[in-house]
Amino acid sequence: MHATFPASELKAMFQSMLRIRLIEEAIADKYPADKPENQKMRCPVHLSIGQEAVPVGICEELRNDDQIGLTHRCHAPYLAKGGDLRAMIAEMYGKETGCCGGRGGSMHLYDDAAGVLTSLPIVGSVIPIAVGAALAMQQVGSDAVSVSFFGDAASEEGVFHESMNFAALKKLPTIFAIENNHYSVYTSLSDRQPDRPLEKMAEAYGMPAFHGDGNDVAGVRIAAREAIERARTGGGPTLMVFDTYRWREHCGPNYDNHIGYRSEGEFQHWKEKCPVETMRRLLKQEHGFGDDDEAVMVTVINSEIEDAFVYAENSPLPDAETAGDLVYA
Amino acid sequence: MPDKRIMNVAEAIREATDTCMERDDRVFLMGEGVADPAAIFGTTRGLADKYGANRVIEMPVAENGFTGVAIGAAMMGRRPIIIHQRVDFSLLSLEQLFDNAAKTCYVTRGQHTVPLVVRMIIGRGWGQGPAHSQSLESIFAHVPGLKVVMPSSPRLSKGMMIAAIEDPNPVLMLEHRWVHYVEGDTPEGYYTVPLEGTTKVRDGGHVTIVANSYMRYEASEAAAALAEVGVEVDIHDLTVLRPLNVDAIVESVSKTGHLLVVDSGWMQHGIGSEVITRVVEQNLTALKAAPRRLGLSDHPTPSSRELAKDYYPRAFDIADSVADMLDLPDDKRDQVTTMINKARGSLPADIPNPAFRGPF
Ligand SMILES: Cc1ncc(C[n+]2csc(CCOP(=O)(O)OP(=O)(O)O)c2C)c(N)n1
Repeated sequence: MHATFPASELKAMFQSMLRIRLIEEAIADKYPADKPENQKMRCPVHLSIGQEAVPVGICEELRNDDQIGLTHRCHAPYLAKGGDLRAMIAEMYGKETGCCGGRGGSMHLYDDAAGVLTSLPIVGSVIPIAVGAALAMQQVGSDAVSVSFFGDAASEEGVFHESMNFAALKKLPTIFAIENNHYSVYTSLSDRQPDRPLEKMAEAYGMPAFHGDGNDVAGVRIAAREAIERARTGGGPTLMVFDTYRWREHCGPNYDNHIGYRSEGEFQHWKEKCPVETMRRLLKQEHGFGDDDEAVMVTVINSEIEDAFVYAENSPLPDAETAGDLVYA
Repeated sequence: MPDKRIMNVAEAIREATDTCMERDDRVFLMGEGVADPAAIFGTTRGLADKYGANRVIEMPVAENGFTGVAIGAAMMGRRPIIIHQRVDFSLLSLEQLFDNAAKTCYVTRGQHTVPLVVRMIIGRGWGQGPAHSQSLESIFAHVPGLKVVMPSSPRLSKGMMIAAIEDPNPVLMLEHRWVHYVEGDTPEGYYTVPLEGTTKVRDGGHVTIVANSYMRYEASEAAAALAEVGVEVDIHDLTVLRPLNVDAIVESVSKTGHLLVVDSGWMQHGIGSEVITRVVEQNLTALKAAPRRLGLSDHPTPSSRELAKDYYPRAFDIADSVADMLDLPDDKRDQVTTMINKARGSLPADIPNPAFRGPF
């Protein structure tokens, strides 16, 4: 399967995943409120550590004018689609230079230049918004597509089904991408949904579906390519379900396997399937990617991260006087 | 004197729920997180173990659907309690609440009732931002057929929670997240606090302040400082928004001639508008000055601490409003500000006052 991609492409995917990983680890490092010198990112954060392959695999296939709609867990797809790192970190710092000027915090990231339409923290809320973006594309005759990224739990909301129905009915150029990390906060999928494959839900709407390993970035990308091509050429929407796992707590920087809702063993099982490590191994074993190559990559990424945090730190807070501006256009 | 039973509001709500579940096996809980390790900020702690998964039901993330399910079960005589970790999540269920919970009794001329309790938590602080910190009580209080309560102390929370569970009507209970930390003496065992009227929390003859939920505590802080300069404030905690009974407020204003209402939510079409209207309707001539309102700034909740710093009315704003109404001289105003600052310390505005502890 990986033969589909030349080494340069594999390296690009690795770089994108590693970059997201290092950025989120930097956030996790600087976030904890127990360090008084921290307490600067004063907003909830939902990390995607362990889940990098789905956003990267899909976004590598998207054009700049394609739009993505995201949830509370938005950092990874925002970055994978090319969202501005400085504006993201500054937003988390509540600064004027953040993508929302500090109004949204980490759950409301967007970047028009990169085709990140919106991130919305109410579960399921973004799904019809992405469908609406696809309707707009269809109306103006563009061949752009939209993708909604969301978790397994969002497929329990009525609005998911309403959106699937409408998108299928109108053959809209959109993709419903479920990052199935098997939990809604502390509640496992098996306590919330009957035991049947999630992708079967597409059948009820006569929609093509795909189910695959959400930690295999190349596999995600190949599947996404097909779905995106179908959407671009008038073939309508696809439901894509990718199995993956969130390593850290639902909201916040810590590990929480000890509190009892999931086992350390389960976590270790998924950690073995780390998407970043898997790709690293492949590159090193089969593509002559050396430790020194990686070191160069890491150096570049780290300096970009350093720059973004310094930028956020040094940016001004927004002027409190402007808090009431632009409630209306 | 028997020992005081000091607990916080979260524990009091837990105790009320436990008391009712023990007394009445029709009572059951449903919601996202009711049986998880965080147990809805501790308010359902231990209940899943004690009563089992049939009575503490972990729900799919499907608010509109499960609210309808609860209403259906309630119509069949069960006693469901729904919990939303944020008011904002309940918005998905408004159709069921407004059309079915609120109207069933009326349409069936009392033949069907909906004995449902919906608990909703109002978030504040730590940059939760526009969609996780809305205080939407006035929207719910607009709808005939719903009861809407906002208890602010452990004693009130426990007694009103029990009354809500026993009430044959749908009762929505809005709990400010910061109120969960409030501690106080809480009676043991079974008791109820009626779901009507106001609760007087301070006695004074110069100004009437009506505040609800967490704003009661900001008002009390202001009142304590104002007392130092000889201004005595009568504080009425509006614990029940619907059915609304303002008798005690009208009586108080008849005595003080001054009225300030502090909303937990936005002011436009809000609680303050309603309370002031009622007072004016019932005793216009009692007012010696124009009544005043405070509430959230008229825009969504920004995440950034800097943008949010003037968003919520604080003790300072309340004291200022009172000072304006009474035309207090500058030296007294300064004294009041100093007092409030001293009581509060240097805490940032996005975390609760010193009486409260995290997390958020
Ligand atoms: C309508 C609504 N209900 C509940 C919540 C609280 N909540 C926030 S994230 C979350 C879990 C969502 O799980 P999933 O959709 O699978 O995404 P994940 O967090 O696993 O990425 C819940 C229940 C919410 N934000 N919105």
